Amino acid sequence: MIPLSAYVAVSAILFTTGLLGVLIRRNFIIVLMSVEIMLNAATINLVAFSHYLESMQGQIVALFIIAIAAGEAAIGLAIIIVVFRGKISTNVDEMNLLKW
Amino acid sequence: MAFVFFAYFAVVSIVAGILTVSLKNPVQCGLALLALLLHVSGLFVMLNAEFLWAVQVIVYAGAILVLYLFVLMLLNLKTDDRYFHARTPYLLAPAVVGLIYLLFLLMRSPFSGSRGDASTAAVLLNGDAHAVGIKMFSDYLLQFEIIGVFLTGAIVGAIVLAKAPRSIETRRDA
Repeated sequence: MIPLSAYVAVSAILFTTGLLGVLIRRNFIIVLMSVEIMLNAATINLVAFSHYLESMQGQIVALFIIAIAAGEAAIGLAIIIVVFRGKISTNVDEMNLLKW
Repeated sequence: MAFVFFAYFAVVSIVAGILTVSLKNPVQCGLALLALLLHVSGLFVMLNAEFLWAVQVIVYAGAILVLYLFVLMLLNLKTDDRYFHARTPYLLAPAVVGLIYLLFLLMRSPFSGSRGDASTAAVLLNGDAHAVGIKMFSDYLLQFEIIGVFLTGAIVGAIVLAKAPRSIETRRDA
């Protein structure tokens, strides 16, 4: 029997990886992919607790997370296309139009 | 046997996650993310969440990741020389130390709590999809409808954002 802490540890490592990716990568698309890694880490946590505490709620919230990830990907990629059309760059350091 | 599968899925998903944030070519990052998503779905199977496994493979690996790869190939990005932040080592060191401390705390936690009514035997009686469906359409119906409205808004927003703006000449004619 695999202990719950093992799943929680995998989830913590994946979440830290995604957080680092958001902080250190400069390409906006890779930043969005790192957000997906963080959402997946949260989903692993929810499903693991749902299994070990014998409740269905974790899996329901995990489904909602997947739906929200789909919406986030659609909006984020649309924003990338708009920015790329104007500036020919997806580097987050060069996206400073809203900064005043 | 279960431990071998768990170790395989956990190690490959962590390695794929690290490759996703460290590879240089964005398309290779997308493929590493695909490996991560498929192995995370393997973890779901080990946790008796077969419906989430199917949703993960169909929605994440099938739809979201294809959208990412499509946009990557549409934009035809050049790989920059400076693809990491300038102060990466200063961010990396605290993250690793913080992660080790976090893992230390997690290993000491007992993780016990009140148990619900969905024991493994009860879920396996009619299957995971049945259990999820009963719960989703009884207790979580309002949230389900809200997610539907949210997704409709997201689709409309994405189309409006990504549509090519009309030039001033055509706007005057209309």
